[in-house]
Amino acid sequence: MHIQLVDIHKRFGAVHANRGISLSVGAGTIHGVLGENGAGKSTLMKIVAGFLPKTSGEIRLDGEAVSYRGPADATRRGIGMLYQDPLDFPALTVLENFRFGLETAGRDPRALLADLAGRFGFDLPPDRVVERLTVGERQQLEILRLVARNVRTLILDEPTTGISATQKDVLFAALRRLADEGRSVILVSHKLEDVQVLCDRVTVLREGRVAGEAERPLRTNDLLGLMFGTVPHPPPRCENPAGTPVLRLDGVSAPGGRAGLRDCTVAIRRGEVVGLAGVEGSGQGVFLRVAAGMVRPRRGRVLFEDAPLGRRAAAGRVAFLPTDRLGEGLVPGLTVREHFVLRLPRVPFLLDRATAGPDARAGIDRLSIRGTPGTPVEALSGGNQQRLLLALLPERPAVLLLENPTRGLDLESAHGVWRELQRYCDAGTALVFSSPELDEILLAADRILVFHNGRMVLDTPASRTTPDELARAIAGLGTGAAA
Amino acid sequence: MNGMELTTLLAAVVAGAAPVIFAAVGETVTERAGLINLSLDGSILLGAMAGFAAALYTGSVAAGFAAAAAVGAVVAAVVAVTGVYLGQSQVAVGFVLTLTCRDLAYFLGNPLSRVPGPQVSPLPVPGLADLPGVGEVLFRHNLVVYASIALVPVAWLLLYRTRWGLAVRAVGEHPAAAYARGVDPRRVQLACAVVGGLLVGLAGAAFSLAVKPGWGRPQGAEGMGWIALALVIFGGWHPAKVAVGAYLFSLLQVVGIPLQALLPSVPTQVFQVAPFPLMIFTLWLIHLTRSEAVERWAGDRAWAWRLVHALRASAPRALGKPLSRE
Ligand SMILES: Nc1ncnc2c1ncn2[C@@H]1O[C@H](COP(=O)(O)OP(=O)(O)OP(=O)(O)O)[C@@H](O)[C@H]1O
Ligand SMILES: [Mg+2]
Repeated sequence: MHIQLVDIHKRFGAVHANRGISLSVGAGTIHGVLGENGAGKSTLMKIVAGFLPKTSGEIRLDGEAVSYRGPADATRRGIGMLYQDPLDFPALTVLENFRFGLETAGRDPRALLADLAGRFGFDLPPDRVVERLTVGERQQLEILRLVARNVRTLILDEPTTGISATQKDVLFAALRRLADEGRSVILVSHKLEDVQVLCDRVTVLREGRVAGEAERPLRTNDLLGLMFGTVPHPPPRCENPAGTPVLRLDGVSAPGGRAGLRDCTVAIRRGEVVGLAGVEGSGQGVFLRVAAGMVRPRRGRVLFEDAPLGRRAAAGRVAFLPTDRLGEGLVPGLTVREHFVLRLPRVPFLLDRATAGPDARAGIDRLSIRGTPGTPVEALSGGNQQRLLLALLPERPAVLLLENPTRGLDLESAHGVWRELQRYCDAGTALVFSSPELDEILLAADRILVFHNGRMVLDTPASRTTPDELARAIAGLGTGAAA
Repeated sequence: MNGMELTTLLAAVVAGAAPVIFAAVGETVTERAGLINLSLDGSILLGAMAGFAAALYTGSVAAGFAAAAAVGAVVAAVVAVTGVYLGQSQVAVGFVLTLTCRDLAYFLGNPLSRVPGPQVSPLPVPGLADLPGVGEVLFRHNLVVYASIALVPVAWLLLYRTRWGLAVRAVGEHPAAAYARGVDPRRVQLACAVVGGLLVGLAGAAFSLAVKPGWGRPQGAEGMGWIALALVIFGGWHPAKVAVGAYLFSLLQVVGIPLQALLPSVPTQVFQVAPFPLMIFTLWLIHLTRSEAVERWAGDRAWAWRLVHALRASAPRALGKPLSRE
């Protein structure tokens, strides 16, 4: 299907998210949409998918101007979208998710699902509850559902955040198949590599406008220039001689996630940067929460500076930044300043606008957060929420635990986060972070722990390993230690 | 206690639970779609009054039930429209409606106080009623009780085995996702509120025309709405578990009578009030299955693990949070 967007505008109150965007996607092509955080990519795609009404402009499908009343109209015309924040039903089963809203024309949905899954090489148990799937599997399910709906245009909004390299290969192979079958694919991303390997054409958005277009071959520096104006440089890595052990896990097993954590023994030293690699849900999340004292181990001990880690014992010394910023890290509904109030050592009884006001302003300046002390946190963009979490950290933690710290952030914001983290590392804080991105781990970590199915299967200095060895360990192959 | 008395007691439990089952299953349907109808206690009373009045003036019990159902549906529709379409707080609206409906019922029902009126007649099931034991417990009741028994599997079937039920549960989980799939979550919520409200209204008539026939102040149905609301939560939003809770509550009420005879020194009020705190205690015990300590204890015991997980349930994720549209 040939999609043309003509001069699309979208306003959310005072925010002008799309400012006259025009672009054209040819039939049977894979079209990339790139742009920094907040550029307006998701907004534009939701308009094409009928989820959001546009303020003005025109959508033409195969030359015909259309107007939608809702997503149902777009679906009827063959447009399907994989949303950035998954729009599925975690408490329902795979099969229920698959069949809801699907016209199967008399076919048994179970058979149809098995059929399609086989065709794409996905392994999705139909009766499993969706919340027990990985992010990648949830995406696979959505893609199958859209294919079953016979979409002619498939929009994917950041499909590669939070999935493993292997899952990414499977996804990309599936997308190529769809394009070969004559369907159009629009891939939204802020990751250049994804777009470079997959797309025929790319449109770059910046501050709600089209900053430029490019065709194959897609050169990195051209794209970066279009996205950010300049080519951002990675921050220097922190080189610290590792000190004495500060946090120890001793034979720890704990529940949580898909696989839990099983029999984990490891010591984290001062000033060390430890990267946790593995398919999402392989134990990294539980590891971080156990180390933070948030999940009590079922077996084994966690020692902080040689004393058992209690819920309060290490208060202020061990800090944890979860990946679900609004769910676990910040309190939706409270303003930036109120978050700084909560952090005060003694909260005064009467609160006014001045309480913690200077702290909030200092934090905003230090991390260049785009917002004011009075901004409610849910109105901040993802990158700015992450910066706020960093600004709220205690002054000098001994251990800083970070779950996927740059998830969903564009290159420049990710660099900003790492620049800030280096500061902690230079001051002797041990950093432990998980990331689905091997590149990020290899770039920042001096020691790498690989998790597979709840077990730590590899513990190696970053300088003495190869991406290949890591990938094998992540997949649960080799290294002997795998169970 | 001999066998004869036990069956009588169980029969009373089954009959007494009927109205609570209507109300609690109705609320289950509503909440499964993500809407909280907090007006239950008031709607039940208003339904009881309207049902009794309609039956009295028309001479038809069926007309009474129809009137009560209509009242329940209208009250629920008010909650749905203000909550989902007008963006008001469901809790606040529901709470105000509870009080308003109760006062309205007492005020409008004043002339009907202690007036003798029609009630549902017993209808033993031919053949089955004479079965030993089971016959008396299950098959010598009236249509209201049979309907309450049938309602549980029917509600389960509709919620878990049909396309409609899937839409209802999906909307209660994630309205935005349902919208993305072409289902209007607000219409589903309104429909579920009305269906749930119908059942709540029927619960009212089940009191005033069957279980506690007649109208008065108090009628006897007071507090049942709150119990039904609690049952929905602790029954994990599942019709079968909710019904088990309703029978348990009914049992607690019924055993008071023989116990009173056994323990004459205890004031009668104790037996009337005791079911409420006992119910809360039981519900709390069930709630314990969600605690981390129990989880850890059960982790090593397969049977306990299964039991804990059967008892445990989580709320529809979008409960009380309708889709906001700009
Ligand atoms: N529902 C909304 N209400 C108000 N503002 C919104 C809403 N959705 C998006 N915005 C604002 O519109 C702008 C564009 O947001 P959008 O989500 O389209 O960005 P994006 O390019 O997808 O960014 P990211 O890479 O972080 O996903 C941002 O400033 C955002 O804060
Ligand atoms: Mg986006």
